[in-house]
Amino acid sequence: MAKARIAVHKFSSCDGCQLQFLTLEDELLQLAERLEIAYFIEATSELGDGPYGKYDVSFVEGSVSTPDEVERIRKIRENSTLVVAIGACGTAGGIQALRNWGDLHSYKTSFYTLPEHIDVLPTSTPFSEHIHVDAELAGCPPDQGQVKYVINSLLAGVQPRIPSESVCLECKRDGNVCVLVAQEKPCMGPITRTGCGALCPHQERDCYSCFGPAETANIEAMGRRFIGAGLPRDGLVHRLRFIYSWSPPFKAASERWLAGQADYAPLPTSHTETPP
Amino acid sequence: MNDVSGQAQGVRRVDIPILTRVEGEGALFVRLENGQVTDLRLKIFEPPRFFEHFLRSRTWREVPDIVARICGICPVAYQMSASNAIEMAFGVDVPQPIRDLKRLYYCGEWIESHALHIHLLAAPDFLGFPDAIQMAKDYPHEVRRGMHLQGLGNAILKIMGGRPVNPVGAVPGGFYRAPARGEARDMLHKLKEALPHAEAMVRWVGNLKVPEVTRDVPSVSLRADDEYPMNYGRIVSDRGLNIDVSEFPQHFQEFQQPHSTALHAHLHGAPYWVGPTPRLNNNLDRLPPSTAKLLGETPVAWPSNNPYHSALARAIELHLAMVEAIRLLEAYDRPPKPHVDVVPRAGVGSGCTEAPRGILWHRYEMDAQGNVAHATIIPPTSQNQAQMEADMRASVMESLHMSDEGLRLRLESGIRNYDPCISCSTHFLRLTVERR
Repeated sequence: MAKARIAVHKFSSCDGCQLQFLTLEDELLQLAERLEIAYFIEATSELGDGPYGKYDVSFVEGSVSTPDEVERIRKIRENSTLVVAIGACGTAGGIQALRNWGDLHSYKTSFYTLPEHIDVLPTSTPFSEHIHVDAELAGCPPDQGQVKYVINSLLAGVQPRIPSESVCLECKRDGNVCVLVAQEKPCMGPITRTGCGALCPHQERDCYSCFGPAETANIEAMGRRFIGAGLPRDGLVHRLRFIYSWSPPFKAASERWLAGQADYAPLPTSHTETPP
Repeated sequence: MNDVSGQAQGVRRVDIPILTRVEGEGALFVRLENGQVTDLRLKIFEPPRFFEHFLRSRTWREVPDIVARICGICPVAYQMSASNAIEMAFGVDVPQPIRDLKRLYYCGEWIESHALHIHLLAAPDFLGFPDAIQMAKDYPHEVRRGMHLQGLGNAILKIMGGRPVNPVGAVPGGFYRAPARGEARDMLHKLKEALPHAEAMVRWVGNLKVPEVTRDVPSVSLRADDEYPMNYGRIVSDRGLNIDVSEFPQHFQEFQQPHSTALHAHLHGAPYWVGPTPRLNNNLDRLPPSTAKLLGETPVAWPSNNPYHSALARAIELHLAMVEAIRLLEAYDRPPKPHVDVVPRAGVGSGCTEAPRGILWHRYEMDAQGNVAHATIIPPTSQNQAQMEADMRASVMESLHMSDEGLRLRLESGIRNYDPCISCSTHFLRLTVERR
């Protein structure tokens, strides 16, 4: 059987997702034995059949933030059997989606003396807003173990199933001290998708949701709990408008909070006096 | 894909539509008429992401988590330059044990980034391969050794920040958590075990055959009193510059060129060079003895003004970072609290640290609540942009006798010497002028 031919494409991003391939160390060489890395310009000077060649799987990272990128992702879709979006940018617009609430004109004129030379869209958006995506892998960056799992699943011809529970479950299993309960830190773990290995609580700090929303997250209850812990209302909005600001659940909740439409009654904390 | 029309017509055009094996996306365009370069542009496709804009109004604690996202390959540099600047703005004095942790953290990034560049990006040029994967068929030991060293750098980043890409450990004032004694002991053991491999790697890189060229350009780097610079020092050049990091804007000018794709930077009106070679040139007397001895055994006379010696400079710095990490871990005593408490106040601070590819300068104006009022970030690739173009002009003139393919390879490898990190370049613009 011929080896599967894969491509890796970069859009608006920091390159970190591609590094999750390039830092596989010895496993990168093993990977290259099992499939053909046909187009990956950060890794090889051989350009395969070019950016719009026929590939079995195209991994796409970064967000869509220019008119040219809209065209590119459409052409990649047309020529790929499967398109897999990886990372926070590719699945939710990334941190640069923070500009989606701002005024692009003022962004351009505040840093560039010749703003007319900047050809960008007013929004930074995920691939799924432009094309059909066959699989998505969250995370800023995605977990290397999950990257390998997705590749293995695709090679085996099965749809990858990525866990969507909250960080808290893994965090508890790892035996970390809960930074929200014990230290009143505004930890986003309860509403954040698992996959990172509960890194932030392990580093003795609060999670800032670089894997985006967990399934069935109760964002409003978490906000009330943060208010109970003393976080101001604009702080609530900032917690949601960060790496995954453009994900539909965080976007909607941040808009409700900003508009004063949410329930702000503080939920009691571990330090709140409870009646006897 | 590469178009080089014959010199016989008097006009020769070299077009490298996609630069490969660099971080981020760019291209090179050269026009020659009657043996003279009449146009040369490093084109950048990388869309601006407006980090400096959306940093505004964010609180000080969020800044390291935001700026890490500017560059997947040098997040530590971004976190450390930002932390230093914010510490300065708040008047925070960071004690030596925490400075040591910052240095250990930086060692991890240098090891990881330099190993990646040497083996995956640069060495295939000198040995005639399109990539490291194919190079591994003929050089399996060297490639595996390089990837193992890269893994050690990543392992340091993991004990300091949880993961190598977008690590989560840094905060202005220090770190959220210090490595446990056991983690530090294991890391020390692995580094000591690998040190002979790093020495062998330096000898291997020293013996790679590279073009002999020279470029007359100032070497700019940090310089510290008592150590090879990473987090601290004054900004110096080999032509007499010696300034505090806060004086950067008085000497360096960033400007947008109408014909060009990117903001360039000049030192006193002319191109300058940052990165491993300039850093080594300016700090040869700051190497630890074992690294200095190894440097003395390489077939290069330092200081060097040959950009192709950057691979060896990276190898030397990789060794230095391992020696330094070993020294810091041998003396490691887990601090009870790995950060100083930060009390926000209104103020201005600048921070400059040595990213793997050169000095990275940040400046923040903070309000009394500790929110960012204004941010300026000048990445090393932006600073090298003018010199990269000047170097390419010289390279074209030296290589006119070459075949079209040879010239293309020469220019591409010449760009890789600067390890451009185009994603980093928050200021880079998309080219809208003169499309082919």
